[in-house]
Amino acid sequence: MTAFAPIRTAIRSPRGGVSAAVLVLVVACALFAPLIAPYAYDIQNLPGANTEPGAAHWMGTDEFGRDLMSRIIYGARTSLSVAVTAISISVAAGLTLGAMAGYFGGWFDRAVTAVVDLTWSFPEILIALILIAIIGPGLESTMVAISIAYLAQFTRLTRAQIMALKNETYVEATTNLGAGHFHIIFRHLLPNALTPVIVAGMLATGDAIILEATLGFFGLGAQPPTPSWGAMMSSGTAQIFIAPWIIIFPGLAIAITVISINLFGDALIEALDIRNRLRSV
Amino acid sequence: MALLSVQGISVSIGALCPLEGVTFDIDKGEILGLVGESGSGKSLTAMCVMGLLPRIGGTITKGSIAFDGRELIGLPEIELRRLRGKRIALISQNPMTSLDPIIRIGAQIDQVSILHLGLSAEAAKARSLDLIAQLRIPEPAAIHRAYPHQLSGGMKQRIVIAMALAADPDLIVADEPTTALDVTIQAQIIQIMVELVRDRGLALMLITHDMGVVAQACDRVVVLYAGRVAEMNAIGEIFAEPKHPYTRELICCIPRLGQKPGSLKGIPGVVPSIVDYPDGCRFNPRCSNAQALCRDRAPALEPKSSGLAACHFSEV
Amino acid sequence: MDASVPRDDSLVTMTDLTREFSSGGGFMKPRRTMRAVNDVSLDVPRGKVTGVVGESGCGKSTLARLVLRLLEATEGTVIFDGKNLATQSQAEMRKLRRQMQMVFQDPYSAIDPRYTIRRALLEPFQVQGEAKTAAEARATVDELISMVGLSPRIMDSFPHQLSGGQKQRVGIARALALRPSFLVLDEPTASLDVSIQAQIVDLLEALKEELGLTYLFISHDLSLVRYFCDRVVVMYLGRVMEILPGAETQPRHHYAHALLDSNFEPDPTRRKIVTMLGGEIPSPFAKIPGCAFAARCPAASDACRRERPPLTNLGDGHMIACHNPMD
Repeated sequence: MTAFAPIRTAIRSPRGGVSAAVLVLVVACALFAPLIAPYAYDIQNLPGANTEPGAAHWMGTDEFGRDLMSRIIYGARTSLSVAVTAISISVAAGLTLGAMAGYFGGWFDRAVTAVVDLTWSFPEILIALILIAIIGPGLESTMVAISIAYLAQFTRLTRAQIMALKNETYVEATTNLGAGHFHIIFRHLLPNALTPVIVAGMLATGDAIILEATLGFFGLGAQPPTPSWGAMMSSGTAQIFIAPWIIIFPGLAIAITVISINLFGDALIEALDIRNRLRSV
Repeated sequence: MALLSVQGISVSIGALCPLEGVTFDIDKGEILGLVGESGSGKSLTAMCVMGLLPRIGGTITKGSIAFDGRELIGLPEIELRRLRGKRIALISQNPMTSLDPIIRIGAQIDQVSILHLGLSAEAAKARSLDLIAQLRIPEPAAIHRAYPHQLSGGMKQRIVIAMALAADPDLIVADEPTTALDVTIQAQIIQIMVELVRDRGLALMLITHDMGVVAQACDRVVVLYAGRVAEMNAIGEIFAEPKHPYTRELICCIPRLGQKPGSLKGIPGVVPSIVDYPDGCRFNPRCSNAQALCRDRAPALEPKSSGLAACHFSEV
Repeated sequence: MDASVPRDDSLVTMTDLTREFSSGGGFMKPRRTMRAVNDVSLDVPRGKVTGVVGESGCGKSTLARLVLRLLEATEGTVIFDGKNLATQSQAEMRKLRRQMQMVFQDPYSAIDPRYTIRRALLEPFQVQGEAKTAAEARATVDELISMVGLSPRIMDSFPHQLSGGQKQRVGIARALALRPSFLVLDEPTASLDVSIQAQIVDLLEALKEELGLTYLFISHDLSLVRYFCDRVVVMYLGRVMEILPGAETQPRHHYAHALLDSNFEPDPTRRKIVTMLGGEIPSPFAKIPGCAFAARCPAASDACRRERPPLTNLGDGHMIACHNPMD
């Protein structure tokens, strides 16, 4: 169908193709971690701590002698699942709030806009930190914090799309056929507003991975021994002069994943020709 | 010799060929109407004359455009720029594309005569005030100080006409100058424009889709259809004795006063799209007289009893 | 206010209809109101074509939306087939909408770009909760498509694959799907090519005869309105200036006359000398105590600027709102 044509176009462009290949690899690591990882992520081997990268451990071992590559592969699971789940929740909530605010206007719109503008004026990290301070650390809190931190973005974007779309003639025409609000919103407005919001969601997943890593770095995200790229970097700081690989490899994993997401998102925006609609926020 | 002579120009933009063998000329003191529906190539023809085609990635592949005896095709951009504004002025459909929103109206008109006529600032201002008054704009001095956004659409279009006249051009190309305006404003602007052009003996190329405007203002008419000239003739003949079936039917598309209900039929079919032009005469799928020959071979633009027409079967 | 046609003859009756819009009213900005439609009383006789003509900002499109209750009136009432629209519940209104439909100016955005033509034509029934079997649906779409002179081949096309004229035909088919008795035509040909405009007008004329429809035809094109309509209502700045009972009636209001005067005939032997109107169309936010046209009218007197002329009957349903009508 036509819905996949832009994705195909995006993959055919050079940056889209390379970034898509990397992303497939990262997702495969997350899904099939037990099959791919050479060691278990939590087996300690204190005599073999801080081993340099070599034939037995391609990325070396950490301060407890755990295989770094296995932990990075399992870490992809944590990072991706937290980021993707959090952004999905955020997109779903943003679509609902933005559509209602944009369509109905009035006091509801003013209230939503006020709250959204307020959160919009703080950096996401600050909002996430405040929320975790309230609900306590952990994987679930990280998800909730991230999804709320990005909510403003999707609400604003959806609202702007809906406000533009609701003036289209076909909305008036369908209203005049006797259609109610539900029909207008779900059959006409949301389907037409969806594409830019989903692409924005995809791009935000990259940012969410960084946010998750940051929270992990502060020890507020996944709790040990669950491997998380951010927490791994955090523990690497102590060993930075003895075993720099402990901090370098998780850092690279984050950088490569996020850059790939951004490149692919960019290729997709080009293929869909929606740069203008994303700018309307 | 004609002031502007366009001979058989064809244009290509990428793989498309939106104009084919377009031919016409304009004499000094003449108002030529260029009529056509969407996709007929009338605005593109204006861009060719103005030398603006490269800006939209088009090239003239054939033919010649001679202005005052000088070939324009192949002229360096710097020479073209000297001609544009000075000797050939453009009035576009949307006045906002010709006016700078952050510069006062007066300064914009002054600029034209300072630049092209070498007038001093004071002389230019006096000239601008005079032009504004000639366009029957009340309180010229106040308008001279105003910014574009303070004026209505009709006023802005009058200012654009004043700017076009400011450099004393020989030819004005007006591309749908009144289409965006209300009818009462349109009528007044057409009236003023025609008066000023006639008084000064200028040549005007008036591009429009409105046969009423053509009948009101023009001396001669070129009818374009799907990128080709269908017919060219003097105004009286075009309406009294059209030689091309498209011209005849186009005139019948406008209801006349007292026309009987049910007698307005329109032209069947759709305006052809540039990506699938029919073979032969491009009007043949919509023509009530079309024969096998019309589908096989494109008719040449030939002299008829009066004027030129591109039809295998035009009666006269 | 008395009406030109006996009221029992009319399908739609508007009485003292007014609609205000306001803008501004933010920080340091005064709130301004404009009356897009200002105290309009009008009948739409059954089986006839009533034309509303005027320039941009005259309120004709707002009037169209008030008549269908797509906008709520600030004041005044619309009676459709004996029912006061303002007092109908949502469910009653939905049922009434089967009777009154609209064809829109811009065919390019009148169909959801994600809908196929088939789906767009079946939507009216879906919205009205009318279930159809696959065979019924096919038959309905076939019938609608042929009714507006389109080929069944376009059924699975998307709107962007059709030309403007074809899209407008789909728009008409969609409006007719529920078998309405009343159609508001809001500049249905304004964004089409000249040769296509005439086709659409021809189609609308034929459909009116075939289905016994009543039209309210909104346009800025006086020659088209005079050709197509049985009665012509001339509006200016939200007010009715003149109602011409037939196409042949000479206008006597100075504005209606100027409008007619501005209409160039496609005949070079009948060139006109256009009367220059002074001034510009006033801002819609301006409060005008007198006649709305007084600022531009060649015959304006002090009374015109001071006092709003009422719409009075000159006989035979020829109504005019003017203190100094033309002879």
